[in-house]
Amino acid sequence: MNMTAFSKREYPSGQARKAAFFALSRRKPLSDKLMTLFMLLLMTLIGVMMLVPLWWMISTSLKSMREIMAYPPTIVPEHVHWDNYIHAWQKGHFGRYTLNTLFLAGIGVLSHVLSNTFVAYGFAKIRFKGKKLLFSVMLGTMMIPSFVTLIPQYILFSKLHWINTYLPLTVPGFFGSAFQIFLVRQFFLTIPNELIEAGKVDGASHFRIWGQLMLPLSLPVIATIAIMTFQGAWNDFTGPLIYINSESLFNLQIGLQSFKSTETTQWHYLMAGSVIVLLPVVLLFFLFQKYFIEGMNISSGTKG
Amino acid sequence: MAHHQPAEAGKGWSLAGREALQGYLFVSPWIIGFLLFTAGPMLFSLYASFTNYDITSQMAWIGIHNYDTMLNHDPLFWKSLRNTLYFVVVSVPLQTAAGLVLAVILNRKMPGIRLFRTVFYLPSILSGVGVYVLWMMLLSPSAGLVNLTLGWFGIDGPAWLTDPAWTKNAIILMKLWGAGSMMLLYLASLQGVPRKLYEAAELDGAGRLRKFWHVTLPMITPVIFFEIVTGLIGGFQIFQEGYVMGYGNDPGAPMNSLLFYNLHMFLKAFKVFDMGYAMAMAWFLFLIVLLLTLINLTLSRFWVHYEGGEQ
Repeated sequence: MNMTAFSKREYPSGQARKAAFFALSRRKPLSDKLMTLFMLLLMTLIGVMMLVPLWWMISTSLKSMREIMAYPPTIVPEHVHWDNYIHAWQKGHFGRYTLNTLFLAGIGVLSHVLSNTFVAYGFAKIRFKGKKLLFSVMLGTMMIPSFVTLIPQYILFSKLHWINTYLPLTVPGFFGSAFQIFLVRQFFLTIPNELIEAGKVDGASHFRIWGQLMLPLSLPVIATIAIMTFQGAWNDFTGPLIYINSESLFNLQIGLQSFKSTETTQWHYLMAGSVIVLLPVVLLFFLFQKYFIEGMNISSGTKG
Repeated sequence: MAHHQPAEAGKGWSLAGREALQGYLFVSPWIIGFLLFTAGPMLFSLYASFTNYDITSQMAWIGIHNYDTMLNHDPLFWKSLRNTLYFVVVSVPLQTAAGLVLAVILNRKMPGIRLFRTVFYLPSILSGVGVYVLWMMLLSPSAGLVNLTLGWFGIDGPAWLTDPAWTKNAIILMKLWGAGSMMLLYLASLQGVPRKLYEAAELDGAGRLRKFWHVTLPMITPVIFFEIVTGLIGGFQIFQEGYVMGYGNDPGAPMNSLLFYNLHMFLKAFKVFDMGYAMAMAWFLFLIVLLLTLINLTLSRFWVHYEGGEQ
């Protein structure tokens, strides 16, 4: 086959493609239309199933306990009780826990972005002996269940007298995390080596190339790992559970857990507490949806 | 700079050597972290698993005593392993299938599809205690929304988190709500299947199902494989759900039906400070996960299809 003819078939011009599309859609058979309708119904059904629990959480958080117990249940609260939130906020000490969690998340994001871009630069752009081996070891560590290292790490930190401080929750972040190093490295590989060479010719050290050239070019992947880390810190349960004893140092997850133990089945207060803890993540998702999804795409792009 | 180079080269630092030195400098945070927080602790725990270590007073060598107790004298060990296995065996395939089905449904061009994608994905970004508390309410036996809905269809719903036979299913159901996280990776890979493969199949007269079976499925087997491997490793680590959702604020309750392997290990380590025993359990878990991953890798040769051939 003639090469040009082949490539013309492969990549029709925009005009031709549009024409072909309309021709096809006009001739769409009935079964296709039925299929689309069926899919639309199915998607709506699943969508409703996905959203109803969230709606139920919000609506319960605004009801009185009497209305919650009423049968049949009301979908929209008859009387809106914003005071449930005031009760939860005060009795659950969520103000304190939010500040603690934001502090932990802030340090987490800073440390992860610094360490993981730094290490990833070494793996992506510098030639040295043993790099392949080190990189495979690093990938291998991702297979280790975290509970295998949890107990000996606890012993290490307790010997350092770090129990009931934030050090065990923050210091390890400065030494990188395998998955994020892997993600950033994959991104760095897409940045042409000529840029690095040009920087070297200009007399820049690798340190300057990392800080002044690579980091500004890597904002998408930095945003991705920042959000990933923030979400991880926001939802961290096991770490604070074993390292933190003082109530004043609790994060939101542990705070909500202890609020749950005191309120048992006071669902209106419990749901208000859950909304307080979950809402920031939802807001973050809608603000930075693209970067939530980016991490998935970067990691999947490597296996194809 | 340039006139310094001969002198430095004379000291044995070639250009490549200096480059390599900087390479080690850049990856050193990870190497130090690996030695301090992973390799060191793991070696220590391997040794300590053969002792009666309790973190404060004692650390005497007791041979395989911990492993012997674990396998022969601790009924809760087997109970917790069975609980975890049940969860993994039911939940991982279900999640993998659900994620794939959601992705296939969403993989089409039509108005409003982005909205559906967002809605399907939304529950999966939520995790932690807030979600557990929400599902404890939804699954409450008498007034919970799930059993109310089942009631409309004439189904008498189970007692979920209070009936030992149903507690794990309750958690599996809750996890299914978050299947959107798996969906995303499938969606990306479905969109990566080259159009010309479908066109070729159409020329051969293949219908929808045949195209899915013979074109789509083989092309996305690498992602299915990835999801199964990570799903297995993650599934064996289930802990928080059993800790938080235990009946009456009692981790693992009722009747230890939510006592997962890691929860048993956690209680041994941090409630009774039987650290040596807990670390023996940790190593046993590590071996199980390692073995399953290796089996998975071996089996993958028979069903995972890589487009570019072996690397």
